[in-house]
Amino acid sequence: MLEAAELECERSGRTLFRGLSFNLGPRELVRIAGPNGSGKTSLLRILCGLLAPTQGAVRWRGTPIRRLAEEYSRELVYIGHAAALKDDLTPFENLEIACRLAGLEARREALAAALSAFGVPDLPVRKLSQGQRRRAALARLLVSERVPLWLLDEPFAALDAAAASYTEEVIGRHLQAGGSVVYTTHQPADLDSDARVIDLATP
Amino acid sequence: MMLSVVRTLVRRDLLLAMRRRSDAATALLFFIIVASLFPLGVGAEPNQLRAIGPGVIWVAALLSTMLSLGRLFAADYADGTLEQLALGAAPLGVVVAAKALAHWLVAGLPLVVIAPVIALQYDLERPLYGVLMLSLLLGTPVLSLIGAIGAALTLGLRGGGVLISLLVLPLYVPVLILGAGSVAMAAAGLAPSGQLLLLGALLVVSAAFAPWAVAVAVRIGLE
Repeated sequence: MLEAAELECERSGRTLFRGLSFNLGPRELVRIAGPNGSGKTSLLRILCGLLAPTQGAVRWRGTPIRRLAEEYSRELVYIGHAAALKDDLTPFENLEIACRLAGLEARREALAAALSAFGVPDLPVRKLSQGQRRRAALARLLVSERVPLWLLDEPFAALDAAAASYTEEVIGRHLQAGGSVVYTTHQPADLDSDARVIDLATP
Repeated sequence: MMLSVVRTLVRRDLLLAMRRRSDAATALLFFIIVASLFPLGVGAEPNQLRAIGPGVIWVAALLSTMLSLGRLFAADYADGTLEQLALGAAPLGVVVAAKALAHWLVAGLPLVVIAPVIALQYDLERPLYGVLMLSLLLGTPVLSLIGAIGAALTLGLRGGGVLISLLVLPLYVPVLILGAGSVAMAAAGLAPSGQLLLLGALLVVSAAFAPWAVAVAVRIGLE
């Protein structure tokens, strides 16, 4: 479904990786590994179309993502470093707005269920801890089960053990339902044994 | 789909403005204060005030719009929401047009409404109030749209606020000339329709083209 061909990425004059190619099919899990600054986030941003690769192309079902634009955006969920939450809104309002903007159907019960499954308290985001913000961001996954491609940047950062294993369970369910997941991580997770690894440390 | 994205985004930005009323109030108060300082500084000579009134009110509107431009994309950029907007279901051009509309509702429309009160201080004649309000109604959305280009180009830069002013103020000059000119024209007893129509044309052109320029600038800013 997702095909990366001969990707090269250069940031501020330094080549992070070059000649990177891989395919991602349904039910596949890929972990992007590498030390800090090796270009893991850049690769994820290239895959979701936020960053243009210096060389090469990313194709979705055979069509370059540049040409698909929003059509491709609708097929993916990207959870980046920043939680993309508004401090002045509640997690519920944030999630509801995020769903509408992503063109997802957003029933109120489903949103509330997603937030309570991740144990997010109903307070303005400003009052939430780092881990709770992360949970609120990840709650988007539960309402995006229909979206085939998940691109997750450090999904387990700042999470406690219970939330991390719940996140792994959610990812596992998505894979079983035929989805594909690409993620980066520093903490070792149980998922890692199932994942194909793309190591950016060895060029 | 696109309409629902526009509606959601405008509603979100208005909600955020409501939760942070002081930000929106700052721009409006700035407008009122700047426009009120001139009669105090220049002196209470009615003919002089009448002559400078339209120009001063328009310049104050320009500066007040500038003041709120810095926040147009900066907050969304900082918390990662802008990335998500760029990956949304609607084209980015539509998204930024919705943001410019919300900016105008918060920063532009209040100026239009409060303008007659300011005009009172300059002893403008009653029939001119309508022309002043109409010129602001046509002109302030152009300020938001053009300003959005500057705000998007300075995304993520340090000292972006000053840079926005340098980028955007020269582009505001035609709006200023036409806006203040229409009121001056009406004050001289001539029909202001020429200036107002040109302002309307500026609005149509900027509404059609500015969002796409903003979208390109935002994409570059996000890289």
